[in-house]
Amino acid sequence: MTQLAEKVIAGDHRSIARLITQVENDAPDAVETMKQIHPHTGQASVIGVTGVMGSGKSSLIFELALVYRVEGKKVGIIAIDPTSPFSGGALLGDRIRMTELSTDEGVFIRSMGTRGMMGGLTSALYDVVEILDAAGMNIILIETVGVGQDEVDIVKIADTTLVVLIPGLGDSVQTIKAGLMEIADIFVVNKADKPGVEQTVAELQSMLDLVNNLDRRIPIVATSAKEKKGIDQLTARIAEHQAYLKDTQMFEQRRRQRYEAELLEIIRKRLMDFIFDEKKLKTTVDCCIDQIAKKELDPYSAADQILGKILK
Amino acid sequence: MEKKIRVLVAKPGLDGHDRGAKIVARALRDAGMEVVYTGLHQTAQQIVNTAMQEDVDVVGLSLLSGAHMTLFVDVAILLKEKQMDDVLLVGGGIIPQEDVPRLKKAGIAEVFGPGTPVEEIVSYIKKNVKR
Repeated sequence: MTQLAEKVIAGDHRSIARLITQVENDAPDAVETMKQIHPHTGQASVIGVTGVMGSGKSSLIFELALVYRVEGKKVGIIAIDPTSPFSGGALLGDRIRMTELSTDEGVFIRSMGTRGMMGGLTSALYDVVEILDAAGMNIILIETVGVGQDEVDIVKIADTTLVVLIPGLGDSVQTIKAGLMEIADIFVVNKADKPGVEQTVAELQSMLDLVNNLDRRIPIVATSAKEKKGIDQLTARIAEHQAYLKDTQMFEQRRRQRYEAELLEIIRKRLMDFIFDEKKLKTTVDCCIDQIAKKELDPYSAADQILGKILK
Repeated sequence: MEKKIRVLVAKPGLDGHDRGAKIVARALRDAGMEVVYTGLHQTAQQIVNTAMQEDVDVVGLSLLSGAHMTLFVDVAILLKEKQMDDVLLVGGGIIPQEDVPRLKKAGIAEVFGPGTPVEEIVSYIKKNVKR
């Protein structure tokens, strides 16, 4: 086993941080370590927190983390913010709401940029979840970027997905639109200290009333991270959902879904690396062009040959 | 993927003024860096722990309160204690010229005073980042 893998499994914060950097940068060294830590994963509960920008996701995660710490659980937090498509830079500001956790040895927080990934996540996220899991975190909280209606990839990775809404975002038709509203395991109406919270909760309730064949009605929790209200109800609903997953075999199903998404992501990345490694691609293509020109090969068979090599 | 420079911009101590820190953070973002901003009122311990978890290449401290001789130096000492010497530590804010040599001796690589063009900070970081 690599020394880094050993230290990550022992929970050493600096090693966790280093390995995360390696996977973010697609460093070749990381692959061996990732292979070695995989057998040590699978224990952590993964909770996704998504919602529009400014809905209070970071503050809510901070409050949740405090509750889990009181219960003696180790908490890993991954906070994603957008990478600029123009400069490639990012301003990662979610930690501002979590300052008090930064000296707690039982908490590890990492801020990540999306680095060109759509869907509200970042491509290294699967790896980072594995790393925090192997490092012994009992709870992993993932904060997506502030999303619109359509960034729903968090469901591929989380056991439990919280959709955070705030009062005053629109009328009841918004609640029956596709996308974000379909992925919640729990709806959170945050900023319940602001006016309009009853109406938002009522609109969500009537949206849920439209469907009556669910074996589990999605709970709605009104919270105020600012006034520390509703947090205990929220953690209770999360615990109920996790028990529900285990009772219905949906837990295995969700984990399988995550591994499938992770595997597809690795394959996607490797294919993209090959396709965008222009030198390598050009060398491969060049070999066939002479043959095509001499009519020894047609372009379709050449493409089959090249793709056959990649997909072997 | 090419390595991105990760920078922690931190406000140590009792100083509520972060306009400068935000301007610098924004400029570093526009230069293609990943900038983690801590928010206000950080202790040296919080800053160094955050730098470790975020595995940053650079820590930039901003202080306008006058306590830089204590707080900047505390951060430098803690970084050394944790063997994080490969992190480039820089500072900025209202820092009297006569304090600069002592800060540099303590491990703050460079100090940027008021009026420094942000391009200068960007190019300094790009040139001097240690890893």
